Amino acid sequence: MKRLCLWATLWLLTSTALAESLFEQRLGELTEASLAETQSLLEALEAEGDPRLLPLFDALFNGNLYYRDADQTLVAADPNTGDAPYIGILSGEVIASLNEDNVTKVRVNNRLRRYLNDALARLKLTAPDPAIREAAVNELLTQLNADTIAQLDVLRADEQNAKVQQALDTALNLYTAQSSDQVGARVQAIGELSSSLQNAVRNALARLAEDEDAPEAVQNAAAESLNSIEQKFTFYGYVDQLFFGLSLGSVLLLAAFGLAITFGVMGVINMAHGEMLMLGAYTTFVVQQLMPNAINQSIWVAIPMAFLVAGSVGVLIERCVIRFLHGRPLETLLATFGISLILQQLVRTIFSPLNRRVVAPDWLSGSWQINPALSLTFNRLYILIFALIVFALLVLIMKKTALGLQVRAVSQNRAMAKAMGIKTDWVDALTFGLGSGIAGVGGVALSQLTNVGPNLGQSYIIDSFMVVVFGGVGNLYGTLVAAFSLGVANKFLEPITGTVLATTLVLVFIILFIQKRPKGLFPQRGRAAE
Amino acid sequence: MNAVMHFLSLGRAPGSKTLPFVAILFGVTLLASLGNLLIPETSALHVSTYTITLLGKYLSYALLALSVDVIWGYCGILSLGHGAFFALGGYAMGMYLMRQIGDRGVYGNPILPDFMVFLNWDELPWFWLGMDQFWFAMLMVVFVPGLLAFVFGWLAFHSRVTGVYLSIITQALTYALMLAFFRNEMGFGGNNGLTDFKDLLGFDLQSDTTRVALFAITAVILGGVYVLSQAILKSRFGKVVEAIRDGENRVRFLGYRTERYKVGLFVYSAVIAGIAGALYVPQVGIINPGEFAPLKSIELVVWVAVGGRGTLYGAVVGALLVNYAKTRFTAILPDGWLFILGGLFVLVTLFLPKGLVGLVGQLRSRFKPSKTTEEPAA
Repeated sequence: MKRLCLWATLWLLTSTALAESLFEQRLGELTEASLAETQSLLEALEAEGDPRLLPLFDALFNGNLYYRDADQTLVAADPNTGDAPYIGILSGEVIASLNEDNVTKVRVNNRLRRYLNDALARLKLTAPDPAIREAAVNELLTQLNADTIAQLDVLRADEQNAKVQQALDTALNLYTAQSSDQVGARVQAIGELSSSLQNAVRNALARLAEDEDAPEAVQNAAAESLNSIEQKFTFYGYVDQLFFGLSLGSVLLLAAFGLAITFGVMGVINMAHGEMLMLGAYTTFVVQQLMPNAINQSIWVAIPMAFLVAGSVGVLIERCVIRFLHGRPLETLLATFGISLILQQLVRTIFSPLNRRVVAPDWLSGSWQINPALSLTFNRLYILIFALIVFALLVLIMKKTALGLQVRAVSQNRAMAKAMGIKTDWVDALTFGLGSGIAGVGGVALSQLTNVGPNLGQSYIIDSFMVVVFGGVGNLYGTLVAAFSLGVANKFLEPITGTVLATTLVLVFIILFIQKRPKGLFPQRGRAAE
Repeated sequence: MNAVMHFLSLGRAPGSKTLPFVAILFGVTLLASLGNLLIPETSALHVSTYTITLLGKYLSYALLALSVDVIWGYCGILSLGHGAFFALGGYAMGMYLMRQIGDRGVYGNPILPDFMVFLNWDELPWFWLGMDQFWFAMLMVVFVPGLLAFVFGWLAFHSRVTGVYLSIITQALTYALMLAFFRNEMGFGGNNGLTDFKDLLGFDLQSDTTRVALFAITAVILGGVYVLSQAILKSRFGKVVEAIRDGENRVRFLGYRTERYKVGLFVYSAVIAGIAGALYVPQVGIINPGEFAPLKSIELVVWVAVGGRGTLYGAVVGALLVNYAKTRFTAILPDGWLFILGGLFVLVTLFLPKGLVGLVGQLRSRFKPSKTTEEPAA
């Protein structure tokens, strides 16, 4: 028994080794074969069924397949540049020593390309990765014919993955809907298509609904299915707008936190608050310049750095200017406006007035494709989550720490808090630092969405004032609700009225709202007449 | 000499800087005008048309500063949106000037301004009707800012929006208007605004005489408004306004409807700002949505702060000084101006709460005793 096992293993090993060498051997022939011989060679390769076929055929089809002049090793050029870095077909690793001088291109002609196109489709349809299979089926939706359908039918029988099954069903149904002889089958297939969100299905149904030659029952069914698909698209369109609104809201939230706290505690409006956002964004830029080889990690350095930079500038402003203007909120407003002008000009002088681009880390780029009608970009998603985390942290600080307690005491009744032994000066400075620091962190988030320029803060400051005014001063929950509702309102109005008019309408709405509720959505309760 | 002394002492009598102010204003205006029109260009005493236009621009800014001072200095309402009233007045004047171009525009359309032809519009929007009549346009210069101020002020003051809240929503107001005017569909020329004006009431805007006349008219209106404002603020109405600044609740408890006084003053101030805008546009030759920018509105607040709020001549002095400094500095050091402007904001609020005029007053009260002992006759 033992022996048998051993033999079996040995046989398995040798046969795979043999197959491997056969595949490699045939690959070697590829560089020497004439164009006429290539196709039979490729067919033989395809018959081997090796996982490395897909990158090989892909490279060959796109004209990116080369071989090293020295030993005829096959390599694929980078598909974006058509140039270095070259990746070894067999090893799957980058071969750094290669450049365009020591490689030769493997030639193909149109006949080969046609074959490769079909072969690639076949390979992808049978690829081990279900995501590739699904994408391949969806790609086929526009070019269905009797042959492909026969193939898909076979594949459907063996398919285990539910998503790929669904995609295959859609393809089969689509073909039936378009070209079956039986009206009943067509109507049924069309009915089942109504759950698909593929653009190809949508277009095909639209054509069917308008098709004069098709039976009336088919036309009606197509119109009905199309209607239900369109409804889904509209729904996902709304979800998308909601997401963009929440994303705008999260940015406003990060900008408005600091304002809400400082105004709540000190009763002063810090017009230089937008510049704290700007400082945070520039800090991100500088950190990236300092560590160009670690863009992905730089953001984790940038967040605390931005907090420190903006926070210390905030403390500096409070100590040097604002504390001398106590009880004169209008003068504070003017003085901080002056500071904002100085900071903007400073940045313009140091970094030039041109916009700077912050490189987004890999994990922040790209998007989360939920279905063909809806995809959420990662940067906006993460910033939304980030804003909520900052919000939770702030609530914790305000509710659970000694500083939070003192801040709340000072904002409710400054004189009484002072009488109880709270160092109001110290609380003022720390509050200002905290508020500015959070704006700095918001600047890091902002730098992932837009270019970084000296006017960055100004474009958000009026909106974040509106958030504070709308939500009620010194109230974090109010700020949260106000930021998200303003963001969402803005994005839902935009498609109807255009960007500029949407912003204008929201501003007008707030101006009117303030008339009704001068202290915002969630006013702080108090007994003073003023 | 005696007459001059008498004149100065009149000026020093409480609350009536009116006479010296108007005298100096008119004197300078007359000299500058004569210097431009009568003295030949070769002479050293010749005042160039450029200077005249610049002075006219400064004076319309001074009128604008006066309008801010009336509500900020005397009623404690800090408006960060007065640029909006200025720009609305300017747009009304600009629309009249646009219609005066007639068929001399690039497209030669006798009715439609160039930008409307460019946008393929067939007819004039309703709000452009009547703007070819000078009297109607001038009515709009006063009416539109006044109406906006009335509606806004009535809503704001009746719901008792005060302090920084009011400042912020006035800023939002001008910001919203800026965004609106940037749109082409609004029918005000969008981004480019209104420009390429040719003549006003048949007088060529490029000629020296028209320029001098505009400058002189600005000076006369500034003087007139100054006298009128002084009278209003000295009246019973003015007394209540000042009382509101110092303790609104007390005034209210005494039985005054404070919001009515505030709305009235706010409208008056907006109308002055609108007139200032109407005087500014023909001299500068362009009006665009940039005038609505919140930065412009807040900049004019600093003119008043530098000069000294609560005194009308302080506002005028501040506007003239800061704008002169701006003209000089942006020529020498374009990048440095924002540093200086920002610094002005900080320094004036920290060290000169009453502005330069207040500083003069402080210095005078400090040195007065020693002065009187040394030179009793002075």
